[in-house]
Amino acid sequence: MDLGGISITLLLASLMVAATPILLAALGELVVEKSGVLNLGVEGMMIVGAICGFAIAVESGSAALGFVAAAIGGALLSMIFAILTQYLLANQVATGLALTLFGLGLSSLLGQGYVGIRPPAVEKLNLGALADIPFLGPVLFNHDLMVYLTLLLCASIWAVLRYTRAGLILRAVGENHDAAHALGYKVVRVRIMAIGFGGACAGLGGAYLSLIRVPQWTEGMTAGAGWIALAIVVFASWRPLRVLLGAYLFGGVTVLQLNLQAAGFAIPVEVLSMSPYLITIAVLVVMSAPRKGGRSRAQLSAPACLGRPFHASQ
Amino acid sequence: MKRRTLLASAAAALALTTGAALADGHEKTKVGFVYVGPIGDGGWTYEHDKGRLAVEAEYGDKVETIYQESVPEGADAERVITQMALSGADIIFTTSFGYMDPTINVAKNFPDVKFEHATGYKRADNVSTYSARFYEGRAIQGHIAGKMTKSNKIGYIASFPIPEVIRGINSAYLHAKKVNPDVEFNIVWVYTWFDPAKEADAANALIEQGADVILQHTDSTAPQAAAQKADGVITFGQASDMSEYAPMPRVSSIIDDWAPYYIARVGAVMDGTWESKDTWDGIGAGMVAIGEISDAVPADVKEEALAMKAALADGSYHAFTGPINKQDGTPWLAEGETAADFGDDGLAGMNFYVEGITAEIPN
Repeated sequence: MDLGGISITLLLASLMVAATPILLAALGELVVEKSGVLNLGVEGMMIVGAICGFAIAVESGSAALGFVAAAIGGALLSMIFAILTQYLLANQVATGLALTLFGLGLSSLLGQGYVGIRPPAVEKLNLGALADIPFLGPVLFNHDLMVYLTLLLCASIWAVLRYTRAGLILRAVGENHDAAHALGYKVVRVRIMAIGFGGACAGLGGAYLSLIRVPQWTEGMTAGAGWIALAIVVFASWRPLRVLLGAYLFGGVTVLQLNLQAAGFAIPVEVLSMSPYLITIAVLVVMSAPRKGGRSRAQLSAPACLGRPFHASQ
Repeated sequence: MKRRTLLASAAAALALTTGAALADGHEKTKVGFVYVGPIGDGGWTYEHDKGRLAVEAEYGDKVETIYQESVPEGADAERVITQMALSGADIIFTTSFGYMDPTINVAKNFPDVKFEHATGYKRADNVSTYSARFYEGRAIQGHIAGKMTKSNKIGYIASFPIPEVIRGINSAYLHAKKVNPDVEFNIVWVYTWFDPAKEADAANALIEQGADVILQHTDSTAPQAAAQKADGVITFGQASDMSEYAPMPRVSSIIDDWAPYYIARVGAVMDGTWESKDTWDGIGAGMVAIGEISDAVPADVKEEALAMKAALADGSYHAFTGPINKQDGTPWLAEGETAADFGDDGLAGMNFYVEGITAEIPN
């Protein structure tokens, strides 16, 4: 399908690839925030995941092992945040920012010997007949495994939060940690698990960049993707399926503006470049508009204990 | 101890330490560098940092170098440069176009500190400017690109609409067009010097539009990686050799060599001969080098490219030699006339495309 020289098929296909890293990071952060913790260190965890995944994939020759290592690397880094904020009750905002700076530095240290090396290739999944369906085939069924695992992860998080006891406990801890504590739930333990999960997801997102989307290791290669992931969580008002929508929207506009330029459209480039951010702001404004009760939708859906420290003695 | 003696001894101690620090400062020349990307970008900043290391190697214990990576081009830059001046730097190199105004602003407050701004055009008594004639290298790339493209579509990943980038596009286009009249340029502005994911996406978009040559004015090797995935697309190393992608897709490169300049300028600060000036050197002076032309390029094309390199180096050929019209058809250079560096239609402030490029420069 063509539209003014741009192949819609290819556009949609590359949109799915472009959105996957921020989607992974945003899903992880969603779970963290649902548990009542604000971790601004997503960028740092992503880039550490990017180099851990890259290094292990290169050393072992297996991209799959690389992704496993990226998840472990991101989770380990997030444990620094967990210990500082959950046991030592450090300020979450400051600790998260520090985590980003630390992650950027650590990753460039780890990555010293990996500049200019090619990672093992990740093959696209062979979905047989599905990939031959006109239009839908190339758009939906011609990707690597990680794209589908990410979609599956999104659906799982939605289902777990909505239908399971574990999801209920997680939400309870995020909404009212005192009540959850009174009911006998281990608030700190739940939050640490959530932080670890968020770190693992961010790490996977970083590895998707360094192993599939770019694919190579360069210092600072996440270039702000972690911050966009943070914004998408708010944009999605803490709902997994809207996170998916937000990530695809953002990825889509980014890819679309580059394609429009390449196809020679005479649209002001500056407008195109800032359009993803403009759309994000516009949606945030709409969502924050006061409703009948006087509280905005965004406020209503944010976990009530978001960013508040918890200690059993208080 | 009486208060007065306490104060006096404190003042004496202060005088002693500052005196010692001053003496120390005169012994070691402190050299600061402000970088726009990380030193591991494999391109622009990587080469500047190689220059910094060369300064250290040249002067050993007599110099101390400091640097700050990934400094945004804006208010933050002014803060970083001020901080560097406050920390006692004798000379500070600010290595990106966007640091121009911040450098000038900070320089006003520190008349004793020398500043060197790369690729800008604003100078002051204590601010020099320096740049390299990258467009000479781009002329050679354009020649190879025009000869090697099969689809006649050449993709160009452009960073910001500033004279340096526009000059590069014009130079590459003119020389591609000269050897291949059917050639078309697709230009994508990414508004970043360094964002590997975006650069990769831009390269992919251009390749999807049929480009089989990708030229870039951004700093990472992501476009090379993208071209490698697509078959039969060639690229060129930008700022650095990027030879890890040779012989395909990277078939040659423009390399910035700042080391001799940095060594000379730091030396001038040491012996007190530093003065504000503008330096703009190209292939001839060795500030711009051409990375090895790989075997993927046919032998005759390689020979022509090397001949052009020699002619640019000895000054017998200028990359902008008339007749050349501006994009709107108005004449710019007459037959045989070469472009001036400065002035209204000079290269330094170039803000127009040459005839034949169909895109528009974003404002």
